[in-house]
Amino acid sequence: MLYREAGDFSTSYTADSQTFPIRFDRYRYYFILVVAFLVIPFFVNDYWANAILVPFLIYSIAAIGLNILTGYCGQVSLGTGGFMAVGAYSFYKLMTAFPEISIMLHVLLSGCITAAVVTLFGLPSLRIKGFYLAVATLAAQFFLVWMFNKVPWFYNYSMTGMIGSPERTVLGIVVTGPNTDAWAKYFVCLIFVTLCGIIARNLTRGSVGRKWMAIRDMDIAAEIIGVNPLKAKLSAFAVSGFFIGIAGALYFGVFLGAVEVTEAFGIEKSFMVLFMIIIGGLGSIFGSFAGAAFMVLLPVLLKNVFVGGLGWPTDLAAHLYFVIAGGLIIMFLILEPHGLAQLWRLAKEKLRLWPFPH
Amino acid sequence: MNNVSQDHFVTADGRSIGGALMEMQNITLRFGGVVALEDISFDILEGEVRAIIGPNGAGKSSMLNVISGFYVPQEGQVLYRGSLRPAMKPFQVATQGIARTFQNIALFEGMSVLDNVMTGRITKIKSGIFSQMIWKGRAEREEIENREVVEKIIDFLEIQAIRKTPVSRLPYGLKKRVELARALAAEPSLLLLDEPMAGMNVEEKEDMSRFILDVNSEFGTTIALIEHDMSVVMDLSDRVVVMDYGKKIGDGTPDEIRNNQEVIDAYLGVSHD
Repeated sequence: MLYREAGDFSTSYTADSQTFPIRFDRYRYYFILVVAFLVIPFFVNDYWANAILVPFLIYSIAAIGLNILTGYCGQVSLGTGGFMAVGAYSFYKLMTAFPEISIMLHVLLSGCITAAVVTLFGLPSLRIKGFYLAVATLAAQFFLVWMFNKVPWFYNYSMTGMIGSPERTVLGIVVTGPNTDAWAKYFVCLIFVTLCGIIARNLTRGSVGRKWMAIRDMDIAAEIIGVNPLKAKLSAFAVSGFFIGIAGALYFGVFLGAVEVTEAFGIEKSFMVLFMIIIGGLGSIFGSFAGAAFMVLLPVLLKNVFVGGLGWPTDLAAHLYFVIAGGLIIMFLILEPHGLAQLWRLAKEKLRLWPFPH
Repeated sequence: MNNVSQDHFVTADGRSIGGALMEMQNITLRFGGVVALEDISFDILEGEVRAIIGPNGAGKSSMLNVISGFYVPQEGQVLYRGSLRPAMKPFQVATQGIARTFQNIALFEGMSVLDNVMTGRITKIKSGIFSQMIWKGRAEREEIENREVVEKIIDFLEIQAIRKTPVSRLPYGLKKRVELARALAAEPSLLLLDEPMAGMNVEEKEDMSRFILDVNSEFGTTIALIEHDMSVVMDLSDRVVVMDYGKKIGDGTPDEIRNNQEVIDAYLGVSHD
């Protein structure tokens, strides 16, 4: 009744292959974009930006990146934290070395540098698969964090070993450093999320995405059809690295402002992004957003319920979060291996038929 | 028409058959001590339907894997369009116009039927990753052009109704048909079918036989197929190669094969007293 495709006919293949073939979906997408760009920036306050919106947007980019590699191309990676660190440190080095160049460009360049590094660590994927590849990327995680701790050049020989983002402006608006307004942080992240989302969607609906999925589903058949496994896998690593690098740069530069690598980009970060795509849905861009929202909102929600509502001590609520998050992940793996994205798909199918299911 | 490549002739049903498209010369393939193929030579003429038959373990699939470049034989050579084919990777063989289906379906289960068939067009894509990121100009144009070709094949194989269905939800017979569609999407000059009718009922076999003959006569595609159902093989194919224990024991028209004593022995067994 509410959600109908009746009267919605694709009359060209262009119309049929667009991202939202159903008109209602398309309008909802435009509506969300308008709200995100034109409404939220005027109402957002510090709490909403720092606790919810900015981390959600940044983790969405990271989740899209990992989803391309793991969900679309089937290459398991546990190095996301380390790869985000590459993005963060590239951003820091670029920012301090070339202060006159716009940081928007620096963010993109950090993405490119991370893409190159991730491609390098993706080379073993040509020989090893599954768990063994996961272990190889785990090595990358520990190596990268160790390197950023040990080589002083990366943190500009600062005494603390931490990196902090200096104040930079875009079009006269402060976007990094301690004096940044909440809406500016939000807006910068939103621009990159939109950009990454569109790029990811375009790649996954075209032949590049089909190559990745072919490699994921059956690599032997993919090769017989004419997919070069080397190119397909490495391109997935590169694109994934580009997104994760952007996420790392924003996480350090815009969100936190100052980071210590072991704390910010440790193995927990890798697992957190992996959980996001598992809960959200492997092989789905929407799932990346849903998973990021879930993992960012869950601790906030639990804190509000337990501490705010029931008056429990904060540490108890924090520990309960781990229990509940872990339980939910196991539940999802058993009940709905395709994650929130699949639930969403099923809900839409039900809605199409509602209220007459037959 | 025995084994010798004729130049050009027209069959009884009006299809024209040309010179040799592919020649296998003295192919020997070993896996360690096991000899899978031993000194096998035969050719596939342009435009014909060539069947490879033989009892289980005869080496038919190995032969097909040699043709599709998956195995590299230790001895012998493969001539494609009259020139020696160098050792190449399977994905390079695909660019030469050779497509195949698999004995146990090798579709991409996580993708829709349409996406599966579209993967068959991958060798035709020229636009790079950066132009596809933007999805304007060349990338979009190519996508539409390939979609048009794919839609024709979907029409041809009568799978329009399931084009957006995920492959994992399809029954076996349709999966086989989708796999054929994916191979056809590459517009191959040589199509290799590994047991296209295994596990099908009579109606499905009839459908599949009709599709194979139509592909051959309408698109002029050369077809090499492995099949166990003898009545199908005898009806469909122009010429048959018979293999047993890695050796070639017969080669000729279905009629010749039917009366070949060695073939009858291999299939029915022979007493050794």
